[in-house]
Amino acid sequence: MKILVCISKTPDTTAKIAFTGNNTKFDTAGVQWIINPYDEWYALVRAIELKEADPSTIIHLITVGAADADPIIRKALALGGDEAIRVNADSHDSFYIASQIAEVAKQGGYDLVFTGKETIDYNGSSVGGMVAELLDRPYVSLASKFELSGNKATITREIEGGEEICEVELPVVVSCQKGMAEQRIPNMKGIMGARTKPLKAAEPVAVDALTTVAGFELPPAKAGVKLVSPDNVEELVRLLHEEAKAI
Amino acid sequence: MSVLIFIDTTEGHVKKASLEALTYGATVAEQLGTSAEGVVLGAANDLASLGKYGVKKIHHVSAGSLNHLDAQVYANVIGQVAIASGAKVIIFSNNVDGKAIAPRLSARLKAGLVSGAVALPDTANGFTVKKNVFSGKAFANITVNTDIKIIALNPNAYKVIAGEGTAEVVAFNATVDAPKVKVTNVTKASGQVPLTEAEVVVSAGRGMKGPENWAIVEDLARVLHAATACSRPVADAHWRPHNEHVGQTGFAIAPNLYIAIGISGAIQHLAGVNRSKVIVVINKDPEAPFFKAADYGIVGDAFEVVPKFTEAIKKLKGVA
Repeated sequence: MKILVCISKTPDTTAKIAFTGNNTKFDTAGVQWIINPYDEWYALVRAIELKEADPSTIIHLITVGAADADPIIRKALALGGDEAIRVNADSHDSFYIASQIAEVAKQGGYDLVFTGKETIDYNGSSVGGMVAELLDRPYVSLASKFELSGNKATITREIEGGEEICEVELPVVVSCQKGMAEQRIPNMKGIMGARTKPLKAAEPVAVDALTTVAGFELPPAKAGVKLVSPDNVEELVRLLHEEAKAI
Repeated sequence: MSVLIFIDTTEGHVKKASLEALTYGATVAEQLGTSAEGVVLGAANDLASLGKYGVKKIHHVSAGSLNHLDAQVYANVIGQVAIASGAKVIIFSNNVDGKAIAPRLSARLKAGLVSGAVALPDTANGFTVKKNVFSGKAFANITVNTDIKIIALNPNAYKVIAGEGTAEVVAFNATVDAPKVKVTNVTKASGQVPLTEAEVVVSAGRGMKGPENWAIVEDLARVLHAATACSRPVADAHWRPHNEHVGQTGFAIAPNLYIAIGISGAIQHLAGVNRSKVIVVINKDPEAPFFKAADYGIVGDAFEVVPKFTEAIKKLKGVA
């Protein structure tokens, strides 16, 4: 079985969010970059578990990004995976990114494509569904469990106020969230091994982006907390009712 | 030309998130000088009454195989309706189903998608939509460059407005492929407000000391008709079910009112709740970082404050 895991480079959760160039670019000064947590903890680790269960499984990682994404994809290889492909393009348009992944996926003949449920920077939750459409494959989003029996996957996915279990034949595209797997920390063997795993750079296919980022805004600063004495809870209720109109 | 709104249903009933999408879509249609139409897949009741949210016509594809979501089949059918009705803007809620279908439809129609929209499009110069980015810490204005545009509206980002009117419901004759995703089991908490749709959320953390102490949290939630939620350590310790976990790795929510009890407010937690309109923090530690993100706060012992708070709300609401 061949699995393709989509990896995105994102700013660390604690990174300060600021913009430059008249609010048109994310300010990367001093930002630590990480593997998008949903891609790492859920999509990649679940793929590694499937390989542990069936060692003939081949895992490829893919990212769409400039050369500065290489350390991130090496870090992902340190967790697991046989080789990585970086499509050498810098884009924030989901469709452009999905088109690049779909192109690689078509050529690689993967049975399974895993993505995280969204990236923590653009929060699009879009690439998985687009890849599935471009490959004309079924798509199961927001999966919290994934079991494989032969060619049939049994997947638990989120619905409003609950969950449902569904069955689908491979090939399939799945977006992964909490529950799929537990976070792992790369060990020294993994880190050393990742240095020699193949990391191929591929040139992008020509695709028009469907959207462009016109600019960014920060939310207005909070006015600051209004503290109420614990002996005067009625005052909090009054404020929530009359001032905030929240109850 | 029209604005087409995907109306998401569960067991025949229209989801609240779709009423928001309908109200939003009707306003977009007005803005563009065109009419708002809806599309419903699968069994659904009382569709004509959705006219009160501003939609003039509803295309209904009632094939039984559409009662469960297969995004591939859904995107195909909605695409057929969009083309037949000449839709220029297609609106989804950015809820569970919207996240599954809208990206597929975007790739299918080569129509630019803005997912997580929080405001009406700016059509003065092109077509630009504001959306949440960086897990609620910023907004991006996204310009859609294609002829057909798709917007997935964040739940609780747009207020439902009901007026007068009846929609014309027409059966749409679509080609419906057999689903490849077969749903075998559905588990749903009945009678509870789904967390992602709730207008008020009462959430508690490690400060509650143990699962046996949750009654005061549930009492408060009950008087407020609120959903209950929890922080990650609480879910990880199995004090509360994982489907209550809000935060970066759990659910991201945007209620009108979020009440956090005994939660310190780590940045990962804030990433899931910082889009809440009003935040109340009750914590005995005055240094808890959550107070910096809060609108109102009480520094005090939850076990004393919360029952008093519940009583005071009962008094306000006139409940004995």
